[in-house]
Amino acid sequence: MNKMGAMNAEELAKYKGVFVFAQQVDNQLSGISFELIGEGKRLAEQLDTQVTAVLIGSEVAGLVDELAAYGADKVIVVDDPELKNYRTEPYAHALASVINEYKPEIMLVGATAIGRDLGPTVSARVATGLTADCTLLEIGDFPVNPIPGQEQKHNQLLMTRPAFGGNTIATIACPDNRPQMATVRPGVMQKLDRVEGAKAEVINYNPGFTPNNKYVEILEVAKAVSDIKDIMDAKILVSGGRGVGSAENFKILEELAEVLGGQVSCSRAVVDSGWKPKELQVGQTGKTVRPSLYFAIGISGAIQHVAGMEESDIIVAINKDEDAPIFDVADYGVVGDLNKIVPALTEALKAEIAAK
Amino acid sequence: MKVIVCIKQVPDTKGGVQFNPDGTLNRAAMLTIMNPDDKAGLEAALRLKDQYGAEVTVLTMGLPKAADVLQEAIAMGADKGVLVTDRVLGGADTWATSTTIAGALRKLEYDLVITGRQAIDGDTAQVGPQIAEHLGLPVISYAQEIKLDGDSVIVKRQYDDGYHMLKAKMPCLITALSELNEPRYMTPGGIFDAVNAEITTLGRADLVDVDDSNIGLKGSPTKIARASDKVRKGAGEKIVPDSPEDAVSYIVGKLNEKHAI
Repeated sequence: MNKMGAMNAEELAKYKGVFVFAQQVDNQLSGISFELIGEGKRLAEQLDTQVTAVLIGSEVAGLVDELAAYGADKVIVVDDPELKNYRTEPYAHALASVINEYKPEIMLVGATAIGRDLGPTVSARVATGLTADCTLLEIGDFPVNPIPGQEQKHNQLLMTRPAFGGNTIATIACPDNRPQMATVRPGVMQKLDRVEGAKAEVINYNPGFTPNNKYVEILEVAKAVSDIKDIMDAKILVSGGRGVGSAENFKILEELAEVLGGQVSCSRAVVDSGWKPKELQVGQTGKTVRPSLYFAIGISGAIQHVAGMEESDIIVAINKDEDAPIFDVADYGVVGDLNKIVPALTEALKAEIAAK
Repeated sequence: MKVIVCIKQVPDTKGGVQFNPDGTLNRAAMLTIMNPDDKAGLEAALRLKDQYGAEVTVLTMGLPKAADVLQEAIAMGADKGVLVTDRVLGGADTWATSTTIAGALRKLEYDLVITGRQAIDGDTAQVGPQIAEHLGLPVISYAQEIKLDGDSVIVKRQYDDGYHMLKAKMPCLITALSELNEPRYMTPGGIFDAVNAEITTLGRADLVDVDDSNIGLKGSPTKIARASDKVRKGAGEKIVPDSPEDAVSYIVGKLNEKHAI
């Protein structure tokens, strides 16, 4: 099995640079890839080093310039027909081999349905720690405050994450092993402005892929057939909860969203009831959103929901229950019947916007 | 066919979260439940027992009182329980937890290992894939459906934008989503069985091929630098309007004031 012990200073010093996993699906880069480059660049500047994107797939060379445009200094490309669709084994072999060959000090992976499978497998293979679902990354000292008799290490990656469904936050360090690995929650880090024509140094690397027992067979690839726009990109979200009452009644939220040029999203209860698809779910087990305006309509505000929307600029809550916890995070809370208020609000905003 | 389901006893967040004065969780004051994703994994295993006569063993790592969750699983229909407990295993992060559970699994026989995708206390989703890596098993995470096909499993694997149908040869490891199924209740007969069921306890010395540098707090590469309960943004305004019209003019007024429309 993989064994690990604390690395000595000499070994630790061999690891340099910030690497990010550039996730692509069907040769389209995922939004998290650009977010990780933006965050990786910020960390790299503090460490006086560079950010390298690790691009893994089949016939993906065409994506390199896009990674450069968003700030990647270097791109390591692992291109092989075995890597056409995501599978744990060939991808873990690709990323672990890159880590062993190029020895990054920091390795960031998106906390997506791919990254949360790839990250743990790779961390176990290269024998280092992994911190999951980080929402804040900093360079700092560990221990944070000096402790007599214990070495305080500088320039450590401090990884902050919510735990317990968002009830607590913890900041984690990985002081004695490299790379310092984290998966990062999508929608939290900022991507850089696109620089047209930017170029990155490209390194092609192929560790060789020989199928073994760990290569699973893909029998079918199914896409959720929908033209639903990603709620993470919306500037205005009109979000409904169990209080909306039925799938049909979401019509009044859709009308409000349309008037505002926004989109409808929902809480987990709505997805569990089958009223809306999972893609529209905000919260701990759904998506993290930070629109400029978020309406929480008929949403009680369970901590798991709040964890996914509390960074919104303005939160308006409408709920008939005066004690609903959503009012603890709302900027503007209205206690009342959503069935009466929402349609009237739609009409009023229609008139207001027409007058502008 | 032998199936081992790894389960975890977790505090029930639904009953509210209690904190100690120093900001750490007061676990003793909170009710515990079987972690929901694990329970779905157990249900999936019990269906394999119903359909194919699979033998289902549940395994947990924790304090001695974690035996409760094994008894609950046996009352639902599991055949045997294994408790991995030892003082030196405490304070483990996901690396040290996965090396420990892998060490226990090496001592046991299995065709299929099922874990939950993630536990509601840590939400990391790391331990399942890490166990598979230590044991050299194929892993399929985020399982929405599990079927048997000869000496292989066919699993519907959820992604953000759809799913894959995957086939893996056993032995392999699957991580289950709570959406997988509706777990059954304990039965009176099962509860009776649970009282008499034999629970095997494994300690540090029973773990196979596990180095001391890879267990417990000392064997954990990740260290807590800071922990606190979350500082939330304070509540804003709340009104109880006399009429829907009042509610509307309040909201429209505020949105205009903030230039939000």
